Amino acid sequence: MRIIVAIKQVISRDASLRVDPTGTWVEDTGAGFEINEPDAYALEAALQLKEQHVGEVIALCAGPATASQTIRDALAKGADRAIHIEEEDPGRFGMLGLSRLLAKAAEAEAPDLILTGLQSDDFGYGQTGVIMAELLGLPHSTIIMQVEVSATGVRVKRELEDGWFQHLEMPLPAVLTIQSGINKLRYATLMGIKKAKSKEVKRLTAADLGVEAPAVLAMEKIYAPHRSKQTVMIEGTAKEQAAKLIQILRSEVRVL
Amino acid sequence: MSILAILEKNNRETLAAAQDLGKQLNLPVNAAIFKPDVPQAKLEKVYHLRHELLNEYTADGYTAALEALIRKVQPTVVLFPHTYQVRDYAPKLATRLNRELISDVVQLKGETMVRQLFQGKLNADYTLKGEAPHLASIQAGAYSADQIEPGTPTPEIFEPELTASMIRTKPQPPFREAQRAVDLTAADKIVSVGRGIKEESNIALIENLAKAMGAEIAASRPICDNNWLPMERQVGSSGQTVAPKLYLAIGISGAIQHLVGMKGAKTIVAINKDPHAPIFEVADYGIAGDLFEVVPALIEELNR
Repeated sequence: MRIIVAIKQVISRDASLRVDPTGTWVEDTGAGFEINEPDAYALEAALQLKEQHVGEVIALCAGPATASQTIRDALAKGADRAIHIEEEDPGRFGMLGLSRLLAKAAEAEAPDLILTGLQSDDFGYGQTGVIMAELLGLPHSTIIMQVEVSATGVRVKRELEDGWFQHLEMPLPAVLTIQSGINKLRYATLMGIKKAKSKEVKRLTAADLGVEAPAVLAMEKIYAPHRSKQTVMIEGTAKEQAAKLIQILRSEVRVL
Repeated sequence: MSILAILEKNNRETLAAAQDLGKQLNLPVNAAIFKPDVPQAKLEKVYHLRHELLNEYTADGYTAALEALIRKVQPTVVLFPHTYQVRDYAPKLATRLNRELISDVVQLKGETMVRQLFQGKLNADYTLKGEAPHLASIQAGAYSADQIEPGTPTPEIFEPELTASMIRTKPQPPFREAQRAVDLTAADKIVSVGRGIKEESNIALIENLAKAMGAEIAASRPICDNNWLPMERQVGSSGQTVAPKLYLAIGISGAIQHLVGMKGAKTIVAINKDPHAPIFEVADYGIAGDLFEVVPALIEELNR
């Protein structure tokens, strides 16, 4: 079976974020980057399915030239080849335009299954997989915790709220958005890293795919949130902070 | 020209948001329901979407039904609660209408909608541009349900034309994994741990603190994903929603998915190395510092 995994490169979780002069994104020169965490789980799910059923895993990524590192990592972990939609500012496409880019590139490969993480760590829309499914006319399911492929289609375990789950079945091809924690992530082996260098990375542009960025975007500006609650910050050395906090919890909050 | 609120059970916040937006934009507010559970709120119309193919939720069925309703009613703004179910179908519905869904909105300011980026570290303003309908999903807790203006609307049945062949997924009944051994909702003190703990072997440190405080131990999602603590100890939108007297968040940055599960706590204390971490937005008391220094000091202080 042929599986496409849509992955995104995001700014490292630990990076301190500063709004850039445009007011619509953050300063990312010099920032560290990593694969969007839920996408790492989607990639792992794809690699495990390939090992069970034989086939091919294609990593699909829309992003700037620096995203090559994330693509290279996916290849080192075991993806067979990759498609890089090179776009310096993917944000300018908005969520619908970006999903169009990904869907167009995916469609040409006629995959049996498309996997992606349930949401991104930066914009956090949580919509890309579902929009792709609609654009491609495919069934989908979201927040998936288990995937079993059978002769007739795919059976998944979908996470509901408050500790509930549900199984559902659907025919292939289909799109699934994968929840973090569905599996245990593998590390790239030295052999994998070596092999990745010779794997194919197909480069495409928005123009190749015939997708244009929308004239206006809904997002106006980004900014640091205003603090709504007055937080009492406890200062001092660790020992002083600890003593002060325990004293507050004992005599003011009275919970100890 | 109207507001349409799509309701599931227990999302009175969406109703409050719709009424508020209706006032701000001077538009009548309608609601759509899938179950005969009529909201007791002041509404112009309530559409009860009824069809045997809607008895159980499917993304295909709900999308087709709401597409038909939206084309008929032609609302200016459609608001959804930001639930897992909405996350499953609303982006599909928006795409079918050739629109974008502004998801996970935490605040409505007239035609400006505020949502969070980077796990709550930054906010972003979105404005309603282009042609109606505009679609947005509202985060639980963004609005207080007390703000609802009461009323006794009469529902109107809306029967969309659906055929079995439109529904491609076969859902099975929801189930719970093994019975929960821990009921965090009953705890009055919770010590909760997040990514900042770095390694599994460090969890013992937090366990010692919980013991010294007589508190239950809980965690944010990544900790349970790694199996460092069992899933049943997870607090947040996919875990338990708690409201203890004291919630001590250690090394938890405070993504919205976690905050919705604990912000009802009476007193919130946060310990985090990043003074800008969003957890401090909801904390009553904060310590910006290294948990590996502060937590041992707390244990020592408690055991004195």
